[in-house]
Amino acid sequence: MGPAEADRAVGGIAIRARGLTKRFQSLVAVDHVDLTVPQAAVYGFLGPNGSGKSTTIRMLCGLLTPTAGEIEVLGLRIPQEAEELRRRIGYMTQRFSLFEDLTVRENLEFLAAAQDIPTSGTRQRVDELLLQYRFADRQGQLAGTLSGGQKQRLALAGAVIHRPELLFLDEPTSAVDPESRRDFWEKLFELADAGVTILVSSHLMDEAERCHRLAILDRGTLVADGTPAELAGSLEGRTIAVATAQPRAAQRILVDLPGVLSVAQVGNALRVLAARDGDVAARLRSSLAAAGLQAVVTSVAPNLEDVFVDATRARARDRAA
Amino acid sequence: MRARRLLAVMVKELRQLRRDRVTLAMIVGIPVMQLVLFGYAINLNLRGLEAGIADQAGTSGSRAVVMDLIATGVIAPVKTVNTPQELMESLRRGEISVGVVVPPDFERRRIEGREAVQVLVDGSDTVVQSAAIQLAQMPITRDRELANVTGLREVKPAQISVVSFYNPERRSEVNIVPGLIGVILTMTMVLFTGVAIVRERERGNMELLIATPVSVAELMIGKVLPYVAIGLVQTTVILLLGTLLFDVPTRGSFLDVYVAASLLIVANLTLGLLISTKAQSQFQAMQMTFFVFLPSILLSGFMFPFAGMPKPVQWLAELLPLTQFVRLIRGIMLRGAGLPELWPHVAALVAFTAVMMTVAITRFRKRLD
Repeated sequence: MGPAEADRAVGGIAIRARGLTKRFQSLVAVDHVDLTVPQAAVYGFLGPNGSGKSTTIRMLCGLLTPTAGEIEVLGLRIPQEAEELRRRIGYMTQRFSLFEDLTVRENLEFLAAAQDIPTSGTRQRVDELLLQYRFADRQGQLAGTLSGGQKQRLALAGAVIHRPELLFLDEPTSAVDPESRRDFWEKLFELADAGVTILVSSHLMDEAERCHRLAILDRGTLVADGTPAELAGSLEGRTIAVATAQPRAAQRILVDLPGVLSVAQVGNALRVLAARDGDVAARLRSSLAAAGLQAVVTSVAPNLEDVFVDATRARARDRAA
Repeated sequence: MRARRLLAVMVKELRQLRRDRVTLAMIVGIPVMQLVLFGYAINLNLRGLEAGIADQAGTSGSRAVVMDLIATGVIAPVKTVNTPQELMESLRRGEISVGVVVPPDFERRRIEGREAVQVLVDGSDTVVQSAAIQLAQMPITRDRELANVTGLREVKPAQISVVSFYNPERRSEVNIVPGLIGVILTMTMVLFTGVAIVRERERGNMELLIATPVSVAELMIGKVLPYVAIGLVQTTVILLLGTLLFDVPTRGSFLDVYVAASLLIVANLTLGLLISTKAQSQFQAMQMTFFVFLPSILLSGFMFPFAGMPKPVQWLAELLPLTQFVRLIRGIMLRGAGLPELWPHVAALVAFTAVMMTVAITRFRKRLD
């Protein structure tokens, strides 16, 4: 067990937020969110666009003032002690925010100075990052001419230049090809192993599954919170695959059944999420048979997408009621 | 305030500037273009006005008067006609802007001291009109010669003589070039910093910057300082060209000229910063700079005499950095005055800068809301 795991085991808390709320005029962007992020973990923020992920992250780094609620990050009260916090966190914005008209090296040099790295250590630190993040042969290239994946890698290098204890990454890989994304996540785990706490937002399910812990946001509200396994496990028995020759017809029948939360077509099969209500598979089978459709109905292991759909549908139902 | 972070912002700004070809071209292009335009095209002392002559007297005396008028260079004869009616016709058709009529009884009028020559003017252009008025003030004959003829001492109404100090040749370039330093610095400096902060907001760099320990003052001052150097380069370009092309004198000390220019530069830069904190986009920032630029050029005394403006407009003009600078620079370059003698304008510029910088820094929050 390395020192990082030890920390995680001890259970230090990096971020604690209570009743976090942000209103923009009449719009409630974030609504009473409670969060606890353990140290040295990769903590995921999952939610569709507009669910309040960016707003929450900005409040946690002290860039936005919450309308209500309390925040404590690395033991500092935010936004009061935000200036102190800036030295200890790295923040990677959703949009590429390094200077496109500076070269790779110039960007890193600027950030080194901005982050108070002494002049004597700057060269060594920049060289080290250029090597680690594979920019050694591109250090003279303008940042604006890098590919999407390279830009994200450079932004990450810039965000960790001052060795922050906590990293905020706002949808870092949403516009990046799968290979660059895998590569990017390798870097994140390296950092987490070195003891850095990482809060990363995403709307991609496969990224969410990589996180140590996960919070799901929907329209500004925290709808689920736990490890990916816990969250998926809670849906055991409620996810059913329906293999049929007429998926469209079957879908029309299934969506209207009571207790069916969602029916999604996956290739030629249907994936059904149902409320916990007796033997769901049996009921689906009989309904399809009654409609004269040939189908194979089997129970399948729930995944995070099901968790997400379940959490958001449940709220939609509550609102309708 | 940390020197290292301030320096980093400055170096970043200069590196970005080096790659911004349009802005680089503006730094030298605008001074050269404006200097040439104002120096050659906008010439308030008119010369070579197209004139028609109707000499109905045809005596040697009348011909001498016409030659004298032409010799001033203000008018250039393009047409000789017989009657005043023909002149009026040409005037209406726009063939001439000035008509000179010498009546048949010219000699007698001259001796009697009545108006001997009439100048017809195209009054639709006020500048032409005033040029013609100057023309009409010219003595139409030499007193002594006339006295000999008539035996009288005072034959004609008193002559108005205009004595011009500092610019005896009445060359408008001499008046315009020093003020032009101010106009160019106002135009470019407000614009450069006006878009500086908005640009970073538009490109998304601001969110990165405010998440670092870089302070507001470091960011603002770091953005302003490189442009001071650029403004001084522009000043040098105008001074050099002004001397080479228009022979504009610098009677005071060059140090004073540069100090005065620096004062105007920082005043304009801080004003630009303030605009930058308010504008939502680079385009908006440009629009706002026009609100500064137009009154500056019109009210500062650069184009129109300050004394002729109504009092409230004068008070407004006093608030403009360019007004103060135009007085400073004309004092230094044309009258050979020193900065200590011109201290009220120096103080005004310093006060303007201090107020603008403070407002800009307090208005700027290291927050997104």
